[in-house]
Amino acid sequence: MNKELINLIDISKAFDGEMVLDELNLNIHENEFLTLLGPSGCGKTTTLRILGGFVTPDKGRVVFDGQDITGMPPNKRQLNTVFQKYALFTHMNIAENIAFGLKIKNKSKNYIDDKIKYALKLVNLEGYEKRMPDSLSGGQQQRIAIARAIVNEPKVLLLDEPLGALDLKLRQDMQYELIRLKNELGITFIYVTHDQEEALSMSDTIVVMNQGYIQQIGTPETIYNEPENAFVADFIGDSNIIDAIMLEDKLVSILGAKFACVDTGFGHNKPVDVVIRPEDVELTKPEDGTISGTVTHLIFKGVHYEMEVTANGFEWLVHSTGMFPVGTQVGIKIDPFNIQIMNKPASEDEEAVGVEE
Amino acid sequence: MIRTTAKKIYIALIFVFLYAPIATLMVLSFNASRTRAKWGGFTTKWYFSLFENREIMQALWNTLLIAFISSFIAVIIGTVACIAINNMPKRSRAVLMGVTNIPMLNADIVTGISLMLLFISLGFKFGLGTILLAHITFNIPYVILCVMPRMKQISPSTFEAALDLGASPVRAFFKVVFPDIMPGVLSGFLMAFTMSLDDFIITHFTKGAGVDTLSTKIYTEVKKGIKPEMYALSTIIFITVLLLLFLVNKAPKEKS
Amino acid sequence: MKNSKSSQRLLSSPYIAWAVIFIIVPLCMVFYYGLTDKTGAFTFENIAAIMSAEHAKALWLSLGLSLISTVICFFIAYPLAMILANMNVNQHSFIVLIFILPMWMNFLLRTLAWQTLLEKTGVINNVLSFLHLPSLNIINTPYAIVLGMVYNFLPFMVLPLYNSLVKIDPNVINAAKDLGANNVQTFFKITFPLSIPGIISGITMVFIPALTTFVISNLLGGSKILLIGNVIEESFTQAGNWHLGSGLSIVLMIFIIVNMVASAIFDKDGEGSAL
Repeated sequence: MNKELINLIDISKAFDGEMVLDELNLNIHENEFLTLLGPSGCGKTTTLRILGGFVTPDKGRVVFDGQDITGMPPNKRQLNTVFQKYALFTHMNIAENIAFGLKIKNKSKNYIDDKIKYALKLVNLEGYEKRMPDSLSGGQQQRIAIARAIVNEPKVLLLDEPLGALDLKLRQDMQYELIRLKNELGITFIYVTHDQEEALSMSDTIVVMNQGYIQQIGTPETIYNEPENAFVADFIGDSNIIDAIMLEDKLVSILGAKFACVDTGFGHNKPVDVVIRPEDVELTKPEDGTISGTVTHLIFKGVHYEMEVTANGFEWLVHSTGMFPVGTQVGIKIDPFNIQIMNKPASEDEEAVGVEE
Repeated sequence: MIRTTAKKIYIALIFVFLYAPIATLMVLSFNASRTRAKWGGFTTKWYFSLFENREIMQALWNTLLIAFISSFIAVIIGTVACIAINNMPKRSRAVLMGVTNIPMLNADIVTGISLMLLFISLGFKFGLGTILLAHITFNIPYVILCVMPRMKQISPSTFEAALDLGASPVRAFFKVVFPDIMPGVLSGFLMAFTMSLDDFIITHFTKGAGVDTLSTKIYTEVKKGIKPEMYALSTIIFITVLLLLFLVNKAPKEKS
Repeated sequence: MKNSKSSQRLLSSPYIAWAVIFIIVPLCMVFYYGLTDKTGAFTFENIAAIMSAEHAKALWLSLGLSLISTVICFFIAYPLAMILANMNVNQHSFIVLIFILPMWMNFLLRTLAWQTLLEKTGVINNVLSFLHLPSLNIINTPYAIVLGMVYNFLPFMVLPLYNSLVKIDPNVINAAKDLGANNVQTFFKITFPLSIPGIISGITMVFIPALTTFVISNLLGGSKILLIGNVIEESFTQAGNWHLGSGLSIVLMIFIIVNMVASAIFDKDGEGSAL
């Protein structure tokens, strides 16, 4: 892993007495694509705005490249932001928008012209210099907002839900575009979104946040396959989260049936949550399954069928390429590697939040 | 900290500037001396003699009557016009909105004399009627100004949905469109009422001899000296409105 | 479809009729009177009358005083509008407080009250002498007229400015700072240009009533100072010369039209307009 570039140390922030961030600690590395992911109100945007300098934390420090920048105003910071809804300057044309930061820094005209050309080429909008922002589509405005930020050669680019206002197809295209940009520029991207799919497909590191706390930090694979708690499991993708009892190492009792698993170290007869992804639930003939039940719903989803199976009093969500009509008796089998065991949340409160989301 | 204090002081100074004359008038209404130049001691007698002054009472009655009727008619014409303008092709809408803006942007004195010339050539008898017509004319734009933005917010599909569910167009309008534009209509009415009440210039040119509103009465009194009863009346009106506003703001809001 | 078209005509016709009879026709009559003499013959004399020494002086004085008032209003109103726009005030109650509520105290009385405040022995001079400051003797001078204009028309400047400033997305301001601009640069490169529609409509809303007033000059200027509004008013109410009054009104309307065209160019969709 590259060297650490930004450290957020014990950051707390409250708005009108309401705690938005509580003693948040986070290290961000050079050349990392880091995504802050969580539901609205989780504190992800506040974290980004603290980095940008638009919000001053009540407590804690922001360290950038070894230097404390907690109180530094935004115009002195070596990072640039791509804002939600772009925030382009509507009274300036595209070239003037992109040149804004460079003119402030008194760069030469030649330098600025070259930079504008380069930036427009980078975002695939060559020849748009004289157009006005209002005459551009949402996707194009987004690219201009990125171009306007990157000509200043920031070490870090902050992106605040930049794709939120775009339609689905464009959003997917822009995801590839952003990954390409990040690789070409070789700088750190800090990306805020509530869209788990965006986070999974673009990030090197995902920081899942809820209610001002970091729930889990990890690669997209770890976050998806090994969620640390019910909130993360539920927020990232569909999942079956079931109360269970860890009987002993590598053996868990789910809904009264014994399943083999691979986790160890939880102790004996310990109540836990288990997470089983719907695509990991195998449907078999009733007699071949560990437990058996009845198919109650069936929807064709294109790539797979989505089914609900009532077994041992629980509604199992199942994704499968095989089709079982409603009313069919089926058995359920799960590969031990696909059973993810999690400790129960410490407080009722935490659990309630997880279930709600 | 210093900045926010400076800002507050600035706002306070402006409010002093705007409200100092109002405070002065209120003080004058308790002045025992008949001239406003000197303080003759505290009295409340003007507040009683006011109600025996037939001329002032008549002017007050005329003012309120004109303000009420002209805003009422302006609200009806203006609201109906908004519905029509909203459904117009872009071109004709722009033309009509342009015409609508004329009385607002044009100088009051020009509006006043132009109406005066019209009434003369039509052979109208100058009096309450002509004032009323003039006030309706300059009130309609304010109503349209208040109602139009509300109208634009309403999606045509709500109206169509009501028709689809079997409501007649008139019923559909009153059931689904009108409640949505109601706040605009109401503020249009209040705005028109206030404008009519405060108008002097246009009334000055369209009134007949012997017919006075409070404004024109005050104007004729300027030369010989304003009667202190006038200050008392203004104070009563102002305080009443202030109290009403206070009550409205205190009342539980239906929806924010 | 046919049905909706005819119903639309039915709805729009009352207002169109009203606008034609009470807005368009009267203006045409001003032009008719302004361009004819007493015999009904066509003439430019009434318009040319603006060149006479007395009228030209009144016009220049009006233009001068209304320009000064507009500039003063602008410089008082802009900071106020900025402060209010950044304060998250409730827009409705702010409009009521600054604009609607004072109107319930008659405009003539409010203006007259300045006489009481400004007099030699008035409130302001008492305060000034208490503070050992020189006294202020501006009553019955052009300064008093300017004060009256600023007082009466300031809200018309504040509201459009406020409306245009409050519409600026805070993130646009943040973006400018993010790109390295300091507060001063942000103001002149971003905030100010984006508020131009409000500035134009504020200038219009102050300049035109100030240019054409005859009441403020009457109440605060003594009876000696004649503005173009006074000349027009007198030619109608005292001299009974409607042709002259109409002719001079046409001259005024030229200024008004120039101003309206300018604001139409800058404010295409009427977003910055007053209220």
